[in-house]
Amino acid sequence: MSLNREDVEKLCLLARLKITPEEMTDVASKLSDIVTLVNQLRTADTTEVVPMAHPLDIAQRLREDKVTESDRHEHYQQNASMVERDLYLVPKVIE
Amino acid sequence: MHEATIAQLAQELKSRKISSQELTKHFLERISRLDADLNAFITITQNDALAQAKAADARLASGEGTPLTGIPIAHKDIFCTKGVKTSCGSRMLDNFISPYDATVVARLKQAGAVMLGKTNMDEFAMGSSNETSFYGPAHNPWDRDTVPGGSSGGSAAAVAARMACGATGTDTGGSIRQPAAFSGVTGVKPTYGRVSRYGIVAFASSLDQAGTLTRTAEDAALMLQIMSGPDELDSTALPNLVPDFCKALKDPWENITIGVPDNFFDKDLDPNNAQLIRDALSVFEKLGATIKEIHLENIHLSVPVYYVVAPAEASSNLSRFDGIRYGYRAEGESGDLAEFYMRTRGEGFGAEVKRRILMGTYVLSAGYYDAYYLQAQKIRQLISQDFSRAFEDVDLIAGPTAPTPAFSIGQKINDPIQMYLNDIYTIGAPLAGLPALSTPCGLVNNLPVGLQLIGPHLSEERLLKAAHYFQQETDWHTLVPPGYFE
Repeated sequence: MSLNREDVEKLCLLARLKITPEEMTDVASKLSDIVTLVNQLRTADTTEVVPMAHPLDIAQRLREDKVTESDRHEHYQQNASMVERDLYLVPKVIE
Repeated sequence: MHEATIAQLAQELKSRKISSQELTKHFLERISRLDADLNAFITITQNDALAQAKAADARLASGEGTPLTGIPIAHKDIFCTKGVKTSCGSRMLDNFISPYDATVVARLKQAGAVMLGKTNMDEFAMGSSNETSFYGPAHNPWDRDTVPGGSSGGSAAAVAARMACGATGTDTGGSIRQPAAFSGVTGVKPTYGRVSRYGIVAFASSLDQAGTLTRTAEDAALMLQIMSGPDELDSTALPNLVPDFCKALKDPWENITIGVPDNFFDKDLDPNNAQLIRDALSVFEKLGATIKEIHLENIHLSVPVYYVVAPAEASSNLSRFDGIRYGYRAEGESGDLAEFYMRTRGEGFGAEVKRRILMGTYVLSAGYYDAYYLQAQKIRQLISQDFSRAFEDVDLIAGPTAPTPAFSIGQKINDPIQMYLNDIYTIGAPLAGLPALSTPCGLVNNLPVGLQLIGPHLSEERLLKAAHYFQQETDWHTLVPPGYFE
């Protein structure tokens, strides 16, 4: 099974990930190798097997729906490269 | 001082024969002298370490503290450390100063352990050689031309070269046990959920588990005792109370049955490694264990299952890196928001991370989900059932940790499939959520080889005890890489 340039470009758009033209050939060929590897899964008979939901077969615990976090946005925003008036800045999205 | 184990140092600290400040300075000196050739550390937190050591000495002087009070350790750079860079081996987080501590970090800090620094790792823990790190490969102290294993390669190299008494690691497909095997140290991956994942940069959330890299099983018990247990901050942390791991080591030996999967002795296993594993099994036989051959029907599919499940979860987890809130941000404002995300992520992630994100996106995309992700989760169930059936007849499962000793830097980095197949024996345990460890069991061409032990869910006591008894009968875990005695 091999992935062509178009397949990879589609995945790049879905994953929001830019691949340079120089990287493209290598990415397509190595992804194709990995797809070939995982295609071994098709050989197994899994009729009536329930897919694993949790390795210990337990359900997620629940907690009360209450606010436990304090407002620490100033602290957290120190890691952002562009902040103005407590807001994160993104490239212009509205013309 | 660097020759002593955590258990021995704890005694000396408690009796005030040595101080944590002396000990910490000694390890910082070793790091500054030795790490230039090993690249095991990404960040060295010298000032914090000395301050923590001073506080530890005060605590010990007042007769308080835990067995870890004053002990210098290192954290894999995947654990969030408040006020300290947490890079996860990636350009994406090269500028990230964590605003909080991971639960593991907080608990070890509270116990009085001293943090020497943050260790090198494969980028986002994706790799088996430490070569995918943005900061360059860590080197194996046994032969610096070889890899220390990965992804917790820096932690393994740091402990092997006696630059830290112990280190934390994380294991998703073998990332604690394989580097432990390659570097000649003891690596323990507990049961899924035994240790909180809060504050660990997420890779594959249904597999990720934190554990330890130490010289001995006893030291692992001391660290895991502090690290384990329920955590309000991680809903997947198990509610089960933590047994006394250290007490379990001192319990008398019981004649357990050890299962040895015939599948683990396949054509991929280096015959020299195979011989050492058989020798290790005979040590257990001498202790009175019964060795029984078993067969794990679907284990041969664990690598393909893993390379569907792990990339799928990674593609979702790593979607948070957008360049806006934290981490790397691409220069310039050209293009729309989507274009901006694509540039940021294209420049911030390395080649292996990009491959796994794309692979994960592929197996989750419309039309492929059933054939890949759902099928993988079904086979994962089968693999887990095979283990459960085996544990009806045996107490532990033993086999090799890796097919070969450490390989050369550069040998596999351009062939992902060869790299992935290196984890062939370690992937099964995390797929089934099982605890497992690797303990040194010999040398091939002067490079360490690891014996892997896998136990049923929540059987850490049994596993640590078996490894501890093995280490009482053998001295492989005491070997120092040549050139690192002084």
